[in-house]
Amino acid sequence: MIGLPLVYLLAGLMFGAFAVFSALDRENRKRFGNAAFWGLFALSFLFGDYFGDLGNGVLALALALIAGTGQLGVGAPRTTSPAERETLAETYGARLFIPALVIPVLVLVGTLVFKRLTVQGAPLVDPKQATLVSLALAALVAAVLAQVMFRQPAAAPLQEGRRLMDLVGWAALLPQMLAALGAVFALAGVGKTIGELAVMITPVDSRFAAVAAYCLGMAVFTVMMGNAFAAFPVMTGGIALPLVIGRFGGDPAVVCAIGMLSGFCGTLLTPLAANFNLVPAALLQLKDRYAVIRAQAPTAVLMLVVNVVLMNALAFHK
Amino acid sequence: MLTLLGVAVIVLGFALRFNPLMVVVVAALTSGLAAGLAPLEVLAAFGKAFNTNRYVTVAWLVLPAIGLLERAGLQEKARATIRSIRAASAGRILLVYLILRQLSAALGLVSIAGQAQTVRPLLAPMAEAASEPLSDDRREKVKAMSAATDNVGLFFGEDIFLAIGSILLIVGFLDQSGITVEPLHLSMWAIPTAIAAFFIHGARLLLFDRALSKARSGPEAEQ
Repeated sequence: MIGLPLVYLLAGLMFGAFAVFSALDRENRKRFGNAAFWGLFALSFLFGDYFGDLGNGVLALALALIAGTGQLGVGAPRTTSPAERETLAETYGARLFIPALVIPVLVLVGTLVFKRLTVQGAPLVDPKQATLVSLALAALVAAVLAQVMFRQPAAAPLQEGRRLMDLVGWAALLPQMLAALGAVFALAGVGKTIGELAVMITPVDSRFAAVAAYCLGMAVFTVMMGNAFAAFPVMTGGIALPLVIGRFGGDPAVVCAIGMLSGFCGTLLTPLAANFNLVPAALLQLKDRYAVIRAQAPTAVLMLVVNVVLMNALAFHK
Repeated sequence: MLTLLGVAVIVLGFALRFNPLMVVVVAALTSGLAAGLAPLEVLAAFGKAFNTNRYVTVAWLVLPAIGLLERAGLQEKARATIRSIRAASAGRILLVYLILRQLSAALGLVSIAGQAQTVRPLLAPMAEAASEPLSDDRREKVKAMSAATDNVGLFFGEDIFLAIGSILLIVGFLDQSGITVEPLHLSMWAIPTAIAAFFIHGARLLLFDRALSKARSGPEAEQ
């Protein structure tokens, strides 16, 4: 069965290649820092399951130290110049879009088809990982297709991948580190404590106040934890179930659906949701790390108000 | 109560712009120690979760394909295509993308687009090309708005899909509390918010266009 292990093997090999190419890159003054950073990524993907919990903790700590002490540079693999790219764009024309479109099409087909494919009764692809396997496959096919169609040098896919990876730098690891932080917070009972605080200050007498407190609580808690999924059980158990639903008779489906979406407003506002908010800023080489959050803040705040109004208007139809 | 110090570390660390990876490690140690765990216990718990969450980082597998296409001129081609469409503007392009992203996410197709595979190679260059000439500041704003539009479309579309993680989480949580809800009802009640998000962010995009064209014709215009 094709599942996470094969995808991790592929990722491990890619990061391993990034490490080797980084070490050989004399243009980058910090080349060994980059090589160590991507090399540890590779080790984690290839052998993470054999390191044990403490070993993985040390590995994560080492990655944080490399990035935190400024050992990461930006590599300079040989690539095409802007002028060359203009010419190439004219030569290849609309064909350039084909591999770019292959990615979404294959993800779509894979997500729909992989779940049904079986070999001698056993699923060919782990149904739980169908999307991730599709994405890996699509990325691989698109790279091979682009290499053949546009006659690129053999090392180009990995060198170009490294070029982009170095631009993203430490931000590439932040989502995974934050997920690990979430686990430690859960272990330490951080969420429970915040939930108890929120319940303590929630007004219990007015329906509108309870609705507003729940929506606002979902958003604020999500900002602090970086994830609406962490906020949902705490806030819903603390405010929505006893008050909005229990005391004022709100429809659970409406309350929970809109409550979750209030959490998403918080996701748009927090640097802790790194893969949505900080990684794009790195990918687009924005000067302000928080530029994407600034761009979406007005939408997020207005949507939070809308959610309060909608919940108040739609949840109490009986 | 002391465990909340970890949250304080996060807030302060991010506000003062220390390296976020270090901030995360320090925050984990702070909360863990405050909860009475030994330092090595915290490190092990962190490492365990770090290892099980590797799938988050797998998305970077798409970079070689994207980099290769950039090398062959994809961004330039995307820009040229937009320049040939006279009615194109940054706001309108992003508005069309917002609709497509919300609709496809509502069908559960959240991974067919994204920041690395769509926004960097295609959407941001197109939005830039449609609003040139741009000052550096405004170019930055156009790029940031492209990334923001991808997020807004995704977040306020995906909850309409029955089998998305958040819907399953709600169903499971309510079930434990003795309340049965149909996933269909939950996804139905995500629709009003989705429509509101489309109008609110859409209106912002059109206003964004207006601000950009004012900047081009106004006294601050460069070039």
